[in-house]
Amino acid sequence: MSKVIVVTSGKGGVGKTTTSASFSSGLALRGNKTVVIDFDVGLRNLDLIMGCERRVVYDIINVINGEVSLKQALIKDKNCDNLYILPASQTRDKDALNLEGVERILNELKESFDCIVCDSPAGIESGAFTAMYFADEALIVTNPEVSSVRDSDRILGILAAKSKRAVDGLEPVKEHLLVTRYDPKRVEAGEMLSVVDIQEILRIPLIGVIPESESVLQASNAGTPAIHLDKSDVAEAYRDVVGRFMGDAGLPMRFVTAEKKGFFKRLLGGR
Amino acid sequence: MSMIADLISYLRGNDKKTAVVAKERLQIILAHERAGRGAPTPDYLPALQEELMVVIAKYIHIDRESINVQLEKHGEYDVLELNITLPDKMRNNR
Repeated sequence: MSKVIVVTSGKGGVGKTTTSASFSSGLALRGNKTVVIDFDVGLRNLDLIMGCERRVVYDIINVINGEVSLKQALIKDKNCDNLYILPASQTRDKDALNLEGVERILNELKESFDCIVCDSPAGIESGAFTAMYFADEALIVTNPEVSSVRDSDRILGILAAKSKRAVDGLEPVKEHLLVTRYDPKRVEAGEMLSVVDIQEILRIPLIGVIPESESVLQASNAGTPAIHLDKSDVAEAYRDVVGRFMGDAGLPMRFVTAEKKGFFKRLLGGR
Repeated sequence: MSMIADLISYLRGNDKKTAVVAKERLQIILAHERAGRGAPTPDYLPALQEELMVVIAKYIHIDRESINVQLEKHGEYDVLELNITLPDKMRNNR
């Protein structure tokens, strides 16, 4: 059975596209045939983060309008054999993305893919709604910051009340909390909400913690999803997230406590 | 914050960390917002109100408006609130 997973948050700039790119890559690396869809019509960016912007010819709206086949619009990822990208349209307005059209595309994708990752735009307007409507599971990307937590709560309310699963009276969308841009040092100093605080407020299971890191910008600069970076906390953290999603319940939660600096590191002023 | 400011706030005892403030603010605003959007009122409420009316009317003469049935969310609990305003006459009799 193929799964539709939405990556959503309500608030912008918290790491939805970064997460969509790394999460879908991770799923593909673990052998799942995966497609990642950009739902941000008018402001597409997933292509840049995946490093395939120059290979975009057709987009999701072309497919919905029946101008091209799904096969023509899918772009094969350069890093993973099992991964394809379906870009958003840059020129059309977001109303071109209708529920019937998206449902048709998802049903066709389900025939050949195990995992369908939907990268939601920010906000709670039609684009975000369409991205989450058909979801079986949801990654709720949240920063340890008041406005992000509040927006995540709002999104959880919408998932519980208005998603297709809710409307059809099926088993509810399975929700996962993903805390990103986490800085354990600031948490220990009492300057940042802790993972425990966020979980207590949002009351959904935690799937992972992505530490604040300079390598996220470097990954986006290069057009390589962060999960592929060598020796990076962020890559390790995303691999853990994928592992837990695939059912490795025993993985310890890493990057939640501040690393104690050794004597030499302090002496040498290393970061 | 300078060391002197730190010291003053320490002496005053108001050195509440901002993360604690953030959590408290979130808990308050989200409790409010969740109650607002909450689960839609269950469809048995009007019928319940109707039947309660019939029972109460057997003993006391009251208007339809003076009975109010509400379902509220208080944290983890759902609270069914019945509010019956007794007519003035009855209160005067006491």
